[in-house]
Amino acid sequence: MSGLGNNASGTPGEEKGASSMLGLGILKGLGVTLRNFLGSYRDPERLITVEYPEERLPLPEQSRAFPMLIYDGEDPIGGLRCVACKICEKECPSQCIYIVKDRDARGRPMKRPKIFDLDISTCMGCGICAEVCPFDSIKMDAAYERSAESRFERLLLRKEDLAKPNAYYHKIHPTEAAEADARLGIASPEPEAPPEGAPEKAA
Amino acid sequence: MSRQTEGQQFASALGMGNASPEGPRGDSPVLPPPAGPLYEAKPKPGSARAAEGETLEVAVGPHHPSTHGVFRMDVVLDGERIISLKPRFGYLHRNHEKLCEGGTYLMAIPYTDRLDYFCSLTNNWAYVLAVEKLAGVEAPERAEYLRVITAELTRLLNHSCLVGFLLQDMGAMGTPLMYAFREREKLVDLFEELTGARMMCNYMRFGGCRTDASAGWLERTRRVVDDFPRFLDEFEDLLTSNEILLARTQGVGKLSAELAINAGVTGPMLRASGVAYDIRKAAPYGIYERFAFRVPVGEHGDVYDRYMIRMLEMRESVRILKQALKEIPEGPVLNPKARRRNFRPPVGEAYGRLEAPKGELGFYLISDGSPRPYRFRIRAPSFINLTILEDMCLGHTLQDAVIILGSVDIVMGEVDR
Amino acid sequence: MDQLFVNLKAWAVGLFPQPVQLWVSMAISAGAIVGVFSGMFAFATWMERKGLGRFQNRLGPNRVGPWGLFQPVADGLKMLIKEDIVPRAADRGAHFLAPLLVVTPTVLAYAVLPMGRGMSAVDMEAGLLFFLAVGGLKEFGFLLAGWSSRNKYALLGALRALAQMISYEAPLVLAVVPVVMVAGTLSLAQIVELQGFGESGALAHWMAFTPWGAVGFVLFMIAATAESNRSPFDMPEGESEIIAGPMVEYSGFKYALFYLGEYMGLFAVSGLGATLFLGGWQAPVRFLAWFPSWGWFFLKLLFCLGLFIWLRATLPRLRVDQLMGLAWKFLLPMTLINLVGAGLWRWTEGAPAWYWEAARWAIGLGLPILGWRALSAAVFRPRRRRRVYRFAE
Repeated sequence: MSGLGNNASGTPGEEKGASSMLGLGILKGLGVTLRNFLGSYRDPERLITVEYPEERLPLPEQSRAFPMLIYDGEDPIGGLRCVACKICEKECPSQCIYIVKDRDARGRPMKRPKIFDLDISTCMGCGICAEVCPFDSIKMDAAYERSAESRFERLLLRKEDLAKPNAYYHKIHPTEAAEADARLGIASPEPEAPPEGAPEKAA
Repeated sequence: MSRQTEGQQFASALGMGNASPEGPRGDSPVLPPPAGPLYEAKPKPGSARAAEGETLEVAVGPHHPSTHGVFRMDVVLDGERIISLKPRFGYLHRNHEKLCEGGTYLMAIPYTDRLDYFCSLTNNWAYVLAVEKLAGVEAPERAEYLRVITAELTRLLNHSCLVGFLLQDMGAMGTPLMYAFREREKLVDLFEELTGARMMCNYMRFGGCRTDASAGWLERTRRVVDDFPRFLDEFEDLLTSNEILLARTQGVGKLSAELAINAGVTGPMLRASGVAYDIRKAAPYGIYERFAFRVPVGEHGDVYDRYMIRMLEMRESVRILKQALKEIPEGPVLNPKARRRNFRPPVGEAYGRLEAPKGELGFYLISDGSPRPYRFRIRAPSFINLTILEDMCLGHTLQDAVIILGSVDIVMGEVDR
Repeated sequence: MDQLFVNLKAWAVGLFPQPVQLWVSMAISAGAIVGVFSGMFAFATWMERKGLGRFQNRLGPNRVGPWGLFQPVADGLKMLIKEDIVPRAADRGAHFLAPLLVVTPTVLAYAVLPMGRGMSAVDMEAGLLFFLAVGGLKEFGFLLAGWSSRNKYALLGALRALAQMISYEAPLVLAVVPVVMVAGTLSLAQIVELQGFGESGALAHWMAFTPWGAVGFVLFMIAATAESNRSPFDMPEGESEIIAGPMVEYSGFKYALFYLGEYMGLFAVSGLGATLFLGGWQAPVRFLAWFPSWGWFFLKLLFCLGLFIWLRATLPRLRVDQLMGLAWKFLLPMTLINLVGAGLWRWTEGAPAWYWEAARWAIGLGLPILGWRALSAAVFRPRRRRRVYRFAE
C-alpha cells in the first residue's frame, strides 16, 4: 500500500486471451449479442430507451436548465424578489446577465430592476447566479424545451419572461424552495393552487 | 497599470486578465528561448518512394468519423502503410486558460466542466484541489467521500465509453458502444440527481461540494455499483477473447516504457506500457490512502494492453466505490470558512493534480492576491498523450492509426482547450 | 399453391401468340425478379435496422408506419429527391456507369436460382458456373467507382474491394466444389432435386446434413460475407477509416443503387448457399412438405440474412492484410481439406455395418475439426498468446 515505484509486485495476475481454436471467442461474443437481442424484448433493464416526446422522465429535484426570477404574490413584475444588486451579473462566468437599476422620479436608485435581460445563447446553465444570490431571487428553472420558430427568437429573455411565481418554484424544487421561504420568513404557497391573498413582500 | 500598451488595454477591456510584463511579484523573468531546434524531424523511411510519387497524402480529418472531434492527421501513405503522420489540432481552441484568468476563481469551475466533457467531475476536483492548496482550505469529511465516489463513477463512465468508441473505430457497428451507453445512462442519471446536470455537473467548490447526497441517492448508487461487474463480465465475454479484436489490437501501436516516460504520457496509457504510476498511489490526494485497491500494469504497451488496463481499472474502481459507499460519514459537505464571493487566496502558486481517467490532470495557478488568478494553466492529459501519436503509428496501416488514436483516449475539448 | 406462380406465368404467357411467347416469358421472369427482390431489399433494410437495434438494446426505426415498417419507403423517397452531385474532377461517364455495373451483374445472377419447384428463370446446365462468373463482374463496378471519383478515400476503398473480392472468390468457389462433386451436376435445379427425400425417409437429404456439407456451409458463408462486403469484412466501405470507400463521392439515387447492389448480392449469395447446402426449396422433414416450395426458399433466405445481421451486430472489422491472410492461409486450405473429406464420404458411401457408418461420421467430422485446429494454431497462434496482467498494490 505504500508508495510505488516501477516495480509492480507480482500478485496473482489475471490471464486474458484467446482460446486455442479460432472462432470460439467469436461464438462467445455471438452468444452475448443473442442474449441481448432476446433480453431487449423482456428485460426493461436492457431496453432503457425512453421515447421522448410521448414519455418523459420525471426531472430530479436538482435539475437545472436556465435561470428564472422568483416573484411573490400576483404581480409578476411588482412582486419580483430581485433588488438589482447586480451580484449575479458580476459572478456569471459567461456574462449573460444584464441589469439596469430602476430609478424613481427624482433619480434615486430603487430596489428593483428596470432591465433584467438574460441571453440564453451564452448562458451555460451552471447555476452560479442562483448560488450567489443573497435574496433568493434568481433560481434555476428546469424547463428544457425552448424551441422556437425562428433562429433568433426567444434567445434574449426579458424580466417578464424570466418571472416565475413562488408556487412554480415549489413545484420544481420543493426542498430548496421551502428552505428559501424559511430564510426569507414568508409563508410557503399551498401546493397546486397559488394563494389568494398576497403574502407579505420579500426583503 | 499606467504602462499598459494598447494591446494590453484591449486585453483587459475584454476581461482577459492583467498582463503586466513582469510577474505578480516581479521575480519571474521571461526565459530565453532554448538554443537549437525544438523538434528534430525524423528521417522518413519512405522518402525515396515519396520522391517517385508513389505515396499518397491523405488528410484524415478534421471532419472524419473517427477522429473524435475536430482533429486532423496529415498522413502520408505508401499503399496502406503510414510513413508519416502529423497530428494537427487547435480546431476547437476556445481560449480556455485566458478566459479563466479573466474571471474569479469561482467562475472557472463551470468552465472546467467543458474541458473533458466526459469527466466533468474529475476536472472540477483537479481545479478545486489546486485552489484549496493555494488558499489552504480543507473540505469536510463527507465531501471528500463524495468526491471519491463521483470521481470513480466518472472513471467507470469514461473507461466503458472509451472501450465502446475504440470498438466503434474498429468497425463494430456500435454494439459495444451501445452497451456502454446503456450503462452510462445509469451513471449520468445519478449525476443528474446529485448535481442537477448530466454532463456539465459543476459540482465541486473549494472547501467541499455544492450539494449533499441524499440517503436515497447513496442507495441507488450502491445498486448501480453492485450491478456494474455484471456488465463488465458481459463486455469481456463479448470482446476480450474475440479473435478479430485480438488480431487487430495485439502488437499494434506499441509504446515503450522509456518513450512513454520521456514524452510525459500518463494514465492508463503509461500503465499499459509497464510503468506502475498512478497518482492515487504515488502522491495520494483526497482520502485515497484509506482505500484498498490495486493498479493494473501491462507490459506490451499495445492497443490490447491499453484496452485491458482500462477493463481491469474499472473493476478496481468498483472496489473503491464499494468501500467508499460503505464508509461515508454524515456531516456537512461545505466548509463554511471557504467563501465563494470575494474569494482572494494569498499570493502564491499551487499545482493541483489528480489521476483523471485519461491521465494526470493538473491545474497550475498563480495568485497575485486579487480575486482573479494571475496565471491559469492546465496540464491536459489527452493533449500530452496525443503528442506521440506519430511514433506509435509509423509502419502501421491507416486502419491501425484509427484504433491507435482511439486507444489514446482523447477528447478534443481537453486537447485544444 | 405450390405451383401458383408457375401456373400464373404459364397462363399469362399463353395469352400471347407463339412467336413472342419466349420473349414474354423472359420479360415476366425478369420483372418478377427485379420487383420481388427490390421489395425484399426494402424489407431487408428494415429488418436489419430493427434487428441491429434489438441486438444493441435499442428500438430501431419505429416512427414511420407500424413498427417503422414504412421506413424504407421514407428512405427511398429521400434518396430519390436528393441532389445528385458529381464532383467536378470526376470522370463523368465512368462515374455514372459504376453503380449500374454493380447492380446489373447481381440481378443477372438470379436468373439461374431455383426459387421454388420449377421456378428458375433459366434452367441452365452450367447454372452454378454462370452464377459465379456473373458474381465476379461487380468488382469492375467498385473499381470504376473508386477510380472515377478522383478521391483518395474512394481509391483506397476501390483497391481494397478489388483485392478482397478477388481473393475470396477462390475459397468461395472451392467451398462449392464438393457439392458439385457429390451431385455430379452444375445445374442448380438438379442439385436441389437431389436434396429431396428420395424414395423414403422422413429427413431430407440436405447437403448440410453431412459432415462435409456442414463445414462447407460454414466456409461458404464466411467467404460469402467477404464477397458481399459485409461486416466483419466490410473493409471497402470501412466507414470509420475511409468513410464510405468507393461510394464516398456518390449521393442521391446513385448511392442508393450501390446499396441495392450490395443487398441484392447478399440475397443472391444467401440464395445460393440455401440452394447448395440447405436443400433449396425442399422442406427439411417430410411432414412439413405441404408448405409451398417458394416459401421454404424465402424462409431459408431470411435465415441466412438473419445470420448476416447477427454477425454484423457482433464483430469488429478485420484489417486488410489479415483479411487476405484469412483467405489464403486459412479458408483456402480448409476448403481443400473439406474437398478431401467430401471425397472420402462419397467413396465410402453405402457402408455395410453400423460401425463402418460410425467410423465414416467420425472421420468426416474429425478431419475438418483437426484441420481447423491445426490451421488456427499455425496461422494465428504466434500473435494470440494469453496475457497475464500484474497489479501494483
